[in-house]
Amino acid sequence: MDRIEHHLSDDLLDAYALGSLPHAFAVVAAAHLSLCDACRARAAAVDMVGGALLEDLAPVALAPTARSRALAALDGPAPAPAPAIRGSGIFPAPVMAELQGRPPRWRMLGGGIRQQILHADAQGSLRLLYIPPGRAVPEHGHRGLELTLVLQGSFSDSEGRFGVGDVETAQSALDHQPTAGPEEPCICLAATDAPLRFHALVPRVLQPLFRI
Amino acid sequence: MSRTNSICSEGQTRAIEGAAVSPAPIGAGRDEGMDQVPPESFSETTRWLIAVRDRRDRQAFGMLFDHFAPRLKAMLIRGGLRDGSAEDVVQDVMLAVWHKAAQFDPHRAEASAWIYRIARNRQIDLIRRRPPPAPEDLPEIESGDPDAAQILALDQEGARLRAALSALNPDQSTVLQQAFFEELPHSEISQISGLPLGTIKSRIRLGLDRLRRELKDLR
Repeated sequence: MDRIEHHLSDDLLDAYALGSLPHAFAVVAAAHLSLCDACRARAAAVDMVGGALLEDLAPVALAPTARSRALAALDGPAPAPAPAIRGSGIFPAPVMAELQGRPPRWRMLGGGIRQQILHADAQGSLRLLYIPPGRAVPEHGHRGLELTLVLQGSFSDSEGRFGVGDVETAQSALDHQPTAGPEEPCICLAATDAPLRFHALVPRVLQPLFRI
Repeated sequence: MSRTNSICSEGQTRAIEGAAVSPAPIGAGRDEGMDQVPPESFSETTRWLIAVRDRRDRQAFGMLFDHFAPRLKAMLIRGGLRDGSAEDVVQDVMLAVWHKAAQFDPHRAEASAWIYRIARNRQIDLIRRRPPPAPEDLPEIESGDPDAAQILALDQEGARLRAALSALNPDQSTVLQQAFFEELPHSEISQISGLPLGTIKSRIRLGLDRLRRELKDLR
């Protein structure tokens, strides 16, 4: 595996750990953490702060029966677990969870590019993108934030080269045209908080159709 | 230590239970290690949690309850729950501590950090009505000699962190508490990165080599 060079910013990592990220972005963050031990350690540091703050809180008295209630509950069965969804192939567990444990069902976008939308709500959308080797994604800008995590292959754009595990954080100012590396198809997980704006006429017409 | 992030994912309980039902290899390995490492050098709460994990020690669980449950209740009330609901969620969280204890790795997390993560995930679940996406689970530790130096180093990081926290001014403390116990809009998260905690957080790299090895196995 390539060395991971592009990580989550402090703000994004903190927001993820504290539960403030919209779902689409939180999935990308969780998937990056699945691949990146350095960011896992950074997330653990956030928890350490949380633990220290918890220790500092002035205790609030519990109901007198609370302790015996808790001890009695230990003998009961564990809460029924949801079926375990594990990582599979290039897809780490949080992505497989979005795929509901099934392989992707790609939809053709033209030019050999495929996508599957995994989640969309008012705060953002999440998709898997498949880009054939050497192919460029139409140039696009963003109205908001776009997070893109590489799961297979690589892509390059004005910001550099992104390999497996790398995450690109594109703010609204960035106009970029990612091109897949020549070695194999590039598969990415991308979250956006607003629909992408494509510059070429045809993709823009197609945009509402494909929700890209 | 960073496994703390994934402890609350719904899907993991099954594997944990398997480990909890037959902990022999893990527990045995760890006990050997504990002979070399005086366990009393670990912090109290970490020792209690290890006792719960390895021996299903109910008395140790009671100690953890006495220590953490009133603080968890305070956290949940800060987060906006009423008294009665906070009591119920405290019960949920403490029961999860019992059932998920097999996932506790003192090399990667202090007991307080590990329990905070369980509670925070539960809080996020209640606010968002869905559990937060969690990273891939790390493999259970197969051979159990605890690395005392690493656990103690983590304790020391914790002590340094607590010193830094106590040096914050009241406004900074308020921002932190809001971020960690309440629902903070994303736009305000950047405020906490400006606090002196940033440097400390970036220093906490303990367990990274170990983690690297384990992640390699996972791939």
